[in-house]
Amino acid sequence: MQFAVPIAGLITFGVHLLFSKNAPPLETHSYMLLFWEIVGVSIVLAVAQTFWPALRRWMRHMWPIFTAAILLIGVWDLITFGFHLLPLPYFPGPAAVLRSLISDRALLLDSTGHSLVLLLSGYTLGVVVGLISGVCIGWSSSVRYWGMPLLKVIGPIPATAWIPLAMVISPSAIVSSAGLIALTVWFPATMLTASGISNTRASYLDVARTLGAGRAYLIFHVAIPGALPSIFVGLFMGLGASFLTLVVAESVGVKSGLGWYVSWAQGWAEYGKVFAALIIMAGFFSTIMTLLFKLRDRVLVWQKGMIKW
Amino acid sequence: MPDAPGASRLALDGISLTIAAGELVSLIGPSGCGKSTLLRLTAGLDSPDAGELLVGEEKILGPSAERGLVFQDPNLFPWLTVRRNIEAGLVARGVLEAQRHEVSEFMRLVGLEAFANSYPHHLSGGMAQRVSLARALINHPKVLLLDEPLGALDAFTRMRMQDEVLRLWENRRTTMLLVTHDIDEAIYMSDHILIMTQAPGRVDREIDVDLVRPRDRSSESFLRFRSEILEYLHFAGKAA
Repeated sequence: MQFAVPIAGLITFGVHLLFSKNAPPLETHSYMLLFWEIVGVSIVLAVAQTFWPALRRWMRHMWPIFTAAILLIGVWDLITFGFHLLPLPYFPGPAAVLRSLISDRALLLDSTGHSLVLLLSGYTLGVVVGLISGVCIGWSSSVRYWGMPLLKVIGPIPATAWIPLAMVISPSAIVSSAGLIALTVWFPATMLTASGISNTRASYLDVARTLGAGRAYLIFHVAIPGALPSIFVGLFMGLGASFLTLVVAESVGVKSGLGWYVSWAQGWAEYGKVFAALIIMAGFFSTIMTLLFKLRDRVLVWQKGMIKW
Repeated sequence: MPDAPGASRLALDGISLTIAAGELVSLIGPSGCGKSTLLRLTAGLDSPDAGELLVGEEKILGPSAERGLVFQDPNLFPWLTVRRNIEAGLVARGVLEAQRHEVSEFMRLVGLEAFANSYPHHLSGGMAQRVSLARALINHPKVLLLDEPLGALDAFTRMRMQDEVLRLWENRRTTMLLVTHDIDEAIYMSDHILIMTQAPGRVDREIDVDLVRPRDRSSESFLRFRSEILEYLHFAGKAA
């Protein structure tokens, strides 16, 4: 059913029109533009797919999801804007959120940029340190003896619990937040790297030794590649946890970023902006997660039966 | 007396054997007689509690590229392509640049040029074992130790691979020590067969297989060797 999406678009926008006499004209206007775009683009695609098989396959796969998503927006509109079933101003309708998204786009873009820089610097630091400590703990039994207790005691503490201390110790909120994100990532990265390394198949090591391998080859060409599947699990766990630390650190200490934006908008009771920021966050975090999955798929091409994101 | 839990047992006792350079020698015997232990000692992966092993004049102190080892499981590195697996020994010894030309030669030798860029999980058991052989041979080991290398293959692949190993051996004259469960395989392939017995493992008997290669698995002399070994291991049929 190639016209499901334009029809769903018309239905959802029609629902809005039923109630639009109560709405500020600007909101209705931008909402209308969005839906004309959705309807227009999807009709063009629906026509184009008859000539383009690759597009047809993609559409067959994605169309039900898009249709459902658009209808869901209509349901949201009905519940909030239409029948006022949820208390205002906490639950604005989609048109109001869209308006906030458009009117505050400069600040939202800037906040996203700040979040990205903070997240990447903290995450990278945590991964690098985590890989090094994980390899050392996994490979050397004496490092394991001394390192594991430390890891077991410090690791499980949620990084956000360090916030009061971190704010005091470090010169700037940005640096301490990056450190907290690094700490968040460091624990799962270390744990999963260490377990991957120490579970290296003994026979791979035996074979490598009889091929003339020294210690460097055993670590860098046998143990680490063999541990990569496990390492990536740690990187994913660390990434998920680092989103949390990022948002909390931004709303508590740092005066920029999406986490700060949410709590700032909440302070002004501008819930349209809160929702706008949540939508940006969803896209932002999901994109980063997707990139990590893409990286894993590239690095682990040799593995069979991987989970697709 | 039953073993106490955790007690160490004497795996091998009073073994003394010499293998001449360029020979293909088989080691057969029941499970648990210490064949694999002997092979691991020779590879240098384990060290003996008493006694010593020599290659030429040199004492075996640890693993070395001079003694290649091929297991029943090919143990290819799954993260490397066929080509990179074969290169592994050269990379490990830091001589890849100098000997890179040999990689293609060894891939051709085992007939796997077409699979150079495949990953091990795409290979069949026989193909994987050929990669494993090439990976060991590219180091030009003085001795190649084979620990039931064909044990996991089906009967037909196995017979084809026996010829393949013989061809590699005739081609390069690498000394080979082959551990196997398969009496036919031992007779078909080796110059000498060493029969081991259990608990503690010893080499009980040495049989020289003085048949011309390629050997006929159903010839009378082949079957004579077979029944001699079976009798020795107490598996001969009573009716015969």
